[in-house]
Amino acid sequence: MTLLDIDGVHVEHKPRGRAPVRAVAGVDLSVAPGQIVGLVGESGCGKSSLARVAAGLTAPSAGEVRYAGRPVTPLGWRRRTADQVGLQMVFQNPYASLNPRRAVGEQLLDGVPAEVTGAARSARLNELLERVGMPAAAASRYPHQFSGGQRQRLAIARALAPQPRVIIADEPVTALDASSQAQVVNLLVGLVRELGMGMLFISHDLALVHEIADVTAVMYLGKIVETAPTRQLWAQPHHPYTRALIDAVPRISTEPVLPATLAGEVPDPANAPAGCRFAPRCPHAFDRCATEPPTVAIGPSAGVACWLHQPAPQTARL
Amino acid sequence: MGALLDIDRLAVALPGPRGPLPILHDVSLTVGEGELVGIAGESGCGKSMTAQTLLGLLPPGAKVTGSARFDGTELLTLDRKGWQKVRGAGIAMVFQDPTAALHPMLTVGRQLTEHMRVHLGVDRKAARRRAVDLLDQVRIPDPERALEAYPHQFSGGMRQRVAIASALAAQPRLLIADEPTTALDVTVQAGILALLDRLRRDTGLAVAFITHDLGVLSALTARSYVFYAGRVVESGPTGQLLTKPEHPYTAALLGARPHGGQTGVALTPIPGSPPAPGELPPGCAFSPRCAHVRDECRTAVPPLHPAGPGRAAACVIRPELEVAA
Repeated sequence: MTLLDIDGVHVEHKPRGRAPVRAVAGVDLSVAPGQIVGLVGESGCGKSSLARVAAGLTAPSAGEVRYAGRPVTPLGWRRRTADQVGLQMVFQNPYASLNPRRAVGEQLLDGVPAEVTGAARSARLNELLERVGMPAAAASRYPHQFSGGQRQRLAIARALAPQPRVIIADEPVTALDASSQAQVVNLLVGLVRELGMGMLFISHDLALVHEIADVTAVMYLGKIVETAPTRQLWAQPHHPYTRALIDAVPRISTEPVLPATLAGEVPDPANAPAGCRFAPRCPHAFDRCATEPPTVAIGPSAGVACWLHQPAPQTARL
Repeated sequence: MGALLDIDRLAVALPGPRGPLPILHDVSLTVGEGELVGIAGESGCGKSMTAQTLLGLLPPGAKVTGSARFDGTELLTLDRKGWQKVRGAGIAMVFQDPTAALHPMLTVGRQLTEHMRVHLGVDRKAARRRAVDLLDQVRIPDPERALEAYPHQFSGGMRQRVAIASALAAQPRLLIADEPTTALDVTVQAGILALLDRLRRDTGLAVAFITHDLGVLSALTARSYVFYAGRVVESGPTGQLLTKPEHPYTAALLGARPHGGQTGVALTPIPGSPPAPGELPPGCAFSPRCAHVRDECRTAVPPLHPAGPGRAAACVIRPELEVAA
């Protein structure tokens, strides 16, 4: 059973006076309880546009997002149904996502259902703070009194307030230092493992996704080009783009070894190449790449969208 | 002839509400001609403050002691005129955020040629030719057209390459790169690292590369310094330093980064957070967070001790450190 289903989602941005930009061009992805799905890709590939649609913050231009079987509809917060608050989001920048003028405790309590009252309410607050490793005294303080890592932990506590079943984390540790990064990542992983939540973990840091995700999806220019169990994806990347991303990660070794470079730039999504979108930068591109490759299965729960991995059309029919 | 850059027992204190706030303590560091040197550490450890000292960009009222010699010239006593000679043509800098480093309302061409004409004394035409060359060197497609473009018309990675071209415009001998790839994607980062390495080989450019990413440090630099709370805590050849660290802080930084182990417990965080300037604990500044701490750590600040050829570490107990591969 999956909890969050992203089904054929397209997102179009329509800048005034310019051609529409298709940020997400048909993405299928699902998250099961207790599962961490990593979504990686370069900036501008549509990761954040997809995250916002998945959390119901904006409407997709086509396709559907379902949470617990019911469609997620981007409504004003007053009208969000009680069962949909089980879908929560953590943003990249904890400086911007917490209100600087309200005490931390107040902000955390916003998410606690109104039925919980009196002593139970303050008990819930303490529980939330304890879960993210903050002292109960933090409730009466303001966001500026905390460091970046602590603020991100408070933002996570706030997302946890309505007891969500799925968390969408969009670059949650990118703004943080190495040591607080590790603290926040361990907190998120712990939540998934202990509370059985599902998590969509979006990051451009491949090494980090490798470390924590059960399944990794690789996105390029609005499309998922490869999905596989994380270990398999790293051991045996099938898509040339996945390989290029993995090879570009600098590694620690006894002698300096420069990471491999990938030629070219990510094209403007407003005029994406016809056919395979990676073809202009792909070292293996050939004639057939001018038409768009379908995603083919490469084992259970893994798929790749690349003509290199297609069975030849004639032999396939035998 | 010594090193191109020779910093000796540099200390910097900034004015604070309750008297001077010491930021850097006893920092000694060298960068040789054509050498790629790494400077690593968490934010607030003094990496960027060191860079600012070398460019005379410290805020007014800063107290500086020690010495920083660039190509034989003492930087710390330079006047305004002297700094103008060193900046750009001697030492140039690339910042983390290229958007802030480039003027949004001037074309790239104007920004590139301006300091060439000041520092190199070349005419408009020659400057333009050199600007095209520079953009070509940093692999900007169609450099002629790029000269007429404004910074916002480039992507983040291209903008950083333009910023590097602009830093190189006056043919500096030392480039200080302060987290130049932190905001960029790995693929773009790989391109910039390759570019810096090529410039070092082709033109003998020396680079001081400031980063908190130990992978980048290892991929690019030959020698490194690890900073903690305004002090150098370990230095040595980068490969050895990162595979066989001598200081517990270096080992802790290595443990906190993802290493692809899929061990169940993802990462090993360093407990607590770095001390704020002016609130340093007695003795070793890392002792409150150190897993190997002993009583003697809290009595005096440990000096940098030699620890093998070309290496030094500021730790009195020198525990056996294990590093996950």
